[in-house]
Amino acid sequence: MAYSFPEEVLEYVFAFLSSDKDRNAVSLVCKSWYEIERWCRRRIFIGNCYAVSPQIVIRRFPEVSAVKIKGKPHFADFNLVPEGWGAYLYPWISAMARSYPWLEEIKLKRMVVTDESLELISKSFKNFKVLVLSSCEGFTTDGLASIAANCRNLRELDLKESEVEDLSGHWLSHFPDNFTSLVSLNMSCLGSEVSFSALERLVSRCPNLKTLRLNRAVPIEKLPSLLRRAPQLVEFGTGAYSAEIRTDIFSNLVEAFSGCKHLKSLSGFWDVVPAYLPAMYNVCSRITSLNLSYATVQSPDLVELISQCPNLKCLWVLDYIEDAGLKALSSYCKDLQELRVFPSDPYGAEPNVSLTEQGLVTVSAGCPKLQSVLYFCRQMSNAALIAIARNRPNLIRFRLCIIEPQAPDYLTLEPLDTGFGAIVEHCKQLRRLSLSGLLTDRVFEYIGTHAKKLEMLSIAFAGDSDLGLHYVLSGCESLRKLEIRDCPFGDKALLANAAKLETMRSLWMSSCSVSYGACKLLGQKMPRLNVEVIDERGPPDSRPETCPVEKLYVYRTVAGPRVDKPDFVWTMDEDAALRLS
Amino acid sequence: MENSSSSSIVSTESEKNSVLNLKETELRLGLPGSDFLEKKAGTGISLFGKDLKDEGNNGFSQIPLKNLVSGAKRVFSDAIDGSGKWGFSMKGGSEVDLGNGGSENNNTLQSCLAGPSGKEIGNPNPAKPVEDKNNENNSTAPASKAQVVGWPPIRSFRKNTLATNLSKNNVVEGKSGLGCVYVKVSMDGAPYLRKIDLKTYCSYAELSSALEKMFSCFTIGQYAPHGLPGQEHLRENCLKDLLHGSEYVLTYEDKDSDWMLVGDVPWEMFTDSCKRLRIMKGSDATGLAPRAMQKCKSQS
Repeated sequence: MAYSFPEEVLEYVFAFLSSDKDRNAVSLVCKSWYEIERWCRRRIFIGNCYAVSPQIVIRRFPEVSAVKIKGKPHFADFNLVPEGWGAYLYPWISAMARSYPWLEEIKLKRMVVTDESLELISKSFKNFKVLVLSSCEGFTTDGLASIAANCRNLRELDLKESEVEDLSGHWLSHFPDNFTSLVSLNMSCLGSEVSFSALERLVSRCPNLKTLRLNRAVPIEKLPSLLRRAPQLVEFGTGAYSAEIRTDIFSNLVEAFSGCKHLKSLSGFWDVVPAYLPAMYNVCSRITSLNLSYATVQSPDLVELISQCPNLKCLWVLDYIEDAGLKALSSYCKDLQELRVFPSDPYGAEPNVSLTEQGLVTVSAGCPKLQSVLYFCRQMSNAALIAIARNRPNLIRFRLCIIEPQAPDYLTLEPLDTGFGAIVEHCKQLRRLSLSGLLTDRVFEYIGTHAKKLEMLSIAFAGDSDLGLHYVLSGCESLRKLEIRDCPFGDKALLANAAKLETMRSLWMSSCSVSYGACKLLGQKMPRLNVEVIDERGPPDSRPETCPVEKLYVYRTVAGPRVDKPDFVWTMDEDAALRLS
Repeated sequence: MENSSSSSIVSTESEKNSVLNLKETELRLGLPGSDFLEKKAGTGISLFGKDLKDEGNNGFSQIPLKNLVSGAKRVFSDAIDGSGKWGFSMKGGSEVDLGNGGSENNNTLQSCLAGPSGKEIGNPNPAKPVEDKNNENNSTAPASKAQVVGWPPIRSFRKNTLATNLSKNNVVEGKSGLGCVYVKVSMDGAPYLRKIDLKTYCSYAELSSALEKMFSCFTIGQYAPHGLPGQEHLRENCLKDLLHGSEYVLTYEDKDSDWMLVGDVPWEMFTDSCKRLRIMKGSDATGLAPRAMQKCKSQS
């Protein structure tokens, strides 16, 4: 028998491995390493809830304390996935309730969570600490009440941008009087007013509270009372930031903010009355993250605020900031890493603000650490994109949304192929890219050639032919998620690159030209993929095989076909022909 | 540019083969960056043969020279394995299906021409996905355009916040550019609910028709027949008549959280105040009496 480390030593060493990639690599070395690793893995990440089943997970990893699960495809955020599609949490909770009694953390994204699930969570896991529900739906404030009432050691309750049926604000009052462990509370997505005195008492008795994001219903006059009780806050989200102008409200705010020496992140700011923004000025020098994306404030007021924040790393803002404001940003905030500019009037026919490609070019020139961009605008040029690419080769995420689909370079009327081509060519570490504007197959050629680190690509209203899709599937070595809508991509490239799909998490194609016949073929040839046709017109069999499907979702899985499909989802596999009738 | 409209018939096998076997179109699909690129014709020969020449063209482009590239069927097969013989038809997804007649025709036609090809049958907006096919003339507010589902890509929470902001700041009546108003639609007895954008409909008749289609798979009883003649001339209060023959009644929850019968108020007022819809069993909602309303509330 060859010499080897005792198990205990290996286990001790493996405990230092936190990255899933490392742990996965370790578990492939040999059977005994696989065994040791699986017993000591505490944190599980499931990128697609249908790629694996709860039973398989539990069988392999018997002692887990933290779970992160993602459900619906990303395009569900934009209403492209019909209601009732799936991603139900309940089966996971009911399985984990039996097998992971010491589970502490559940983080979910785009899952359907019911009050029943929340209640089960609150009663099954005695040491439950962290619940993060990002873009989830299906639950009401009653479910939150269960969590508040029963999770004695709760540290984090973060509702992110979930869709909660808001029956009342009463849930907050369910936190027991002896509950003191709260560290983070984000209720910004809720509509109802909570009992303010309950909130005050909660904040007072939780000395470790670091994050408090209020909802719109908390008025500005009440903020000082909360801030005074939590001077240790690091992240704070206001409610509606408006009131009639009164000096006492203002001075109370100034004083309350001054007391918070550790504040780094600010958000909220619905309905902003600009006169109240200066109340925050004396904390601005420490601020690294600012979410003003609901603040309907004009550029000069925004610039005033931003000019006080030299340490700003992350800014989310509406396009009210305009090119002039972005120019100011680029001169004041040299540490900026992430910028997101959202549209204030996306459905208007005409631009309502003076925000163009120039703003982004200026920021790319002036902010050397800029790595992550999300930018909505109405015009773009190849010249601007080339400039951005040359200025910022360190970009990691670049998501550009030109509001009009298929808008060409506004200067030359050409497609924006060369512009985006420059982005992928210069930004060699690019991991995420969203395209927009007029684009031909050429842009995909560039992407396939250069974007070797690209993991996620979003395409809409682009390309000419299957060649475009073929370039991407055959060239992007690191591609994990591909989502496509309204592109003339059909059967050829998909079938020619079928094997590639097993190396990716998922592929989404809607309003493209993929035929039902091709989907069936793909499903038959690739047993380790779930090839799902989503079609609300009725069974695909009732139409010719050449008819394109409405939506296609393909993902690798070890769990076999879904058993919880609604009647507008069909799985293509060997049995498909038999089951579809 | 030649307009191959719906009269473009599927070419025969031999026609296709002759196009594909032309020497000058003999191209190999190498990796991007290989010598393949020099051979790109760019002369408008489409991937699938000449019948689909213009269907690959989005039409929005201003430039005449599209980057269309030819490829031979066998090239893709070769890429997979030498013997690859895919059993399905070569025609791709752009083929027009002139199958069914009646009111379903337009739907089937457009539904087979997913995405960009949709322009060929007079659809002014090729970007319109299948779901919008019912709403050719929904321009209630000239200042904002017809909506493409899910575009621009903005999450619901942000969209709803924007809508509230715009309605507060709005000076011009009716031109708020609110974008979309998504409401959930539930139906008694159905296993899951749907979400619809009220702004995509102009009238109760359109709404009713759309809901009928959406939930018809759940209906046990008899519904009003499809393609009701003169449907577009229905006045608002005929909605009740439409559903009269069936077991179901359409109700909605308004801003004050009261449940009301759909069709009693002008359409614009309805879309502004409707928070969610519910298709109730007629027996539960006779005249939406107070007792029935209470029942609605306790069940919702």
